[in-house]
Amino acid sequence: MEKQIKKVDLIFGKVDHLAILDACFKRTRDEIILDVIDSGLRGRGGAGFPTGLKWKFAKNEEADQKYVICNADEGEPGTFKDREILTQVPEKVLAGMALCGYCIGASEGYIYLRGEYNFLLPPLYKAIDEFHQKLKKMNFDFTIRICSGSGAYVCGEETALMESMEGRRGEPRNKPPFPTSEGFLGKPTSVNNVETLVFALMIGQEGPTKFKEMGTFDSRGSKVFSVSGDTPNPGIYELELGMTLEQFVEEFGDGDTKAVQVGGASGFCVSRKDFKSTLIGFEGIPTGGSMMLFNSSRSMYNILNDYLEFMEEESCGQCTPCRVGCQQLLKGIEAVKKGIKPPSYLEDLQKLSDTMRIASKCGLGQSVPNPFNSIINNFREEIIY
Amino acid sequence: MTKIKELVKEQAEKHGRARTSLMPILQEVVRSENYLSEEAMEAIAEELDLSTADVFGTASFYTFLDTVPRGKYVIRVCKTITCHMKGKDEIIRTISDMLKIKLGETTTDKKFSLLQANCLGWCHKGPVMLINDEVYPEITPEKVTEIVNQYLKKG
Repeated sequence: MEKQIKKVDLIFGKVDHLAILDACFKRTRDEIILDVIDSGLRGRGGAGFPTGLKWKFAKNEEADQKYVICNADEGEPGTFKDREILTQVPEKVLAGMALCGYCIGASEGYIYLRGEYNFLLPPLYKAIDEFHQKLKKMNFDFTIRICSGSGAYVCGEETALMESMEGRRGEPRNKPPFPTSEGFLGKPTSVNNVETLVFALMIGQEGPTKFKEMGTFDSRGSKVFSVSGDTPNPGIYELELGMTLEQFVEEFGDGDTKAVQVGGASGFCVSRKDFKSTLIGFEGIPTGGSMMLFNSSRSMYNILNDYLEFMEEESCGQCTPCRVGCQQLLKGIEAVKKGIKPPSYLEDLQKLSDTMRIASKCGLGQSVPNPFNSIINNFREEIIY
Repeated sequence: MTKIKELVKEQAEKHGRARTSLMPILQEVVRSENYLSEEAMEAIAEELDLSTADVFGTASFYTFLDTVPRGKYVIRVCKTITCHMKGKDEIIRTISDMLKIKLGETTTDKKFSLLQANCLGWCHKGPVMLINDEVYPEITPEKVTEIVNQYLKKG
């Protein structure tokens, strides 16, 4: 391999988070927001919106109350990094929230923690209590609370998340208005992923330069990857962005990798022939961290079937393209497999999935075509026979 | 006042009666009663001044807010791809044989329910299961037998 993938330790390394905050509070919020914009940091939950811009939009709103929400509804299959971050360095996440609060002018923050991670509640409450006391000493008014989810993948979508926090079904809202102008309880809200908040804190400490120097033009910095599937080294790794899938597989594959699913059930399946030309990042294939490796012993039909079953169950059912589309795609590949429908039926299904991309209301339905089309295009014969 | 109504009232006092309190109250009732009965949902609707349909509509959206009776210990085995690859079917078979219940069922003594769940966020340590809020990663049929036996002894 030409270049070793660079391992980074910005997220899990211990820092004096209070000293970072203290130093940041001495600077103006515009300066910090400019640093975050300049660093090129983009949201680490998957969608990749520029974090600094989000903060700027929320800051520019006039309101009596604003909110910071830490999105810890980590539901994407193959992703488990946020749990690890919240377990190992909760204080950095809380400090990142406070920094966001300072920048946008919010005095309240919420962590939306998925119900599957309820075992994290006691240590998190403890960390929050300690953090509140420290903030009091620093004379900074910021309160953090936790909202628990109850097992709904779609609540990771920021507007569904806020619906859930408001005590309703987790059905995504129409956008615009965007949360930065009308979010939780109708107030300007910045919703950021767990990992994003920690990166923002680290940029607060080190300035934008070090972060900006890593990665590529569109994908600056490093990223925490969740590696699972057929690999001798499953786990959580912070890596510099900009590597190709070939480099990744070289490092994590078992020597027989036939495909990698980049970005979970809503991401893309890349087959061996494209490893070399595929860049992991926003100019190639973006990921919220999920990297699932499959070796040649795996049936791609079973994998696609699993993903579609997942999406069909987790679709909120609010909009027709997604609700009916997920069901029909699932039934469709089953029918083709059983020979009830001819192989050419896959083309009809792909048209349906294209419609879902255009017509679905939120990211869930819009991204079902990603695994569907990429698996069908790469492994058509495995779906049919 | 029935036990459920008392519990709901107590939770409403604790969390407040705004709509934002609905989720925490529903979650607390499930924690203590194992599910949301019609009576519980009616009581919540009354306390929070909502329609019962609204409460049911919200509760039924969420997988973890059961509206059918469940056992004291709800076992949720992750079924999503990596856990599937690493043998979740065998885990389910083992538990099913031990407790003499199929997926989706509850033991007659109302102690255990056996369910599947979508990705629990432990793909690098699959197969994994939750028993209520407790997580058990990297399980094998042997380990799972031991774990369930401990719960059987627990009463």
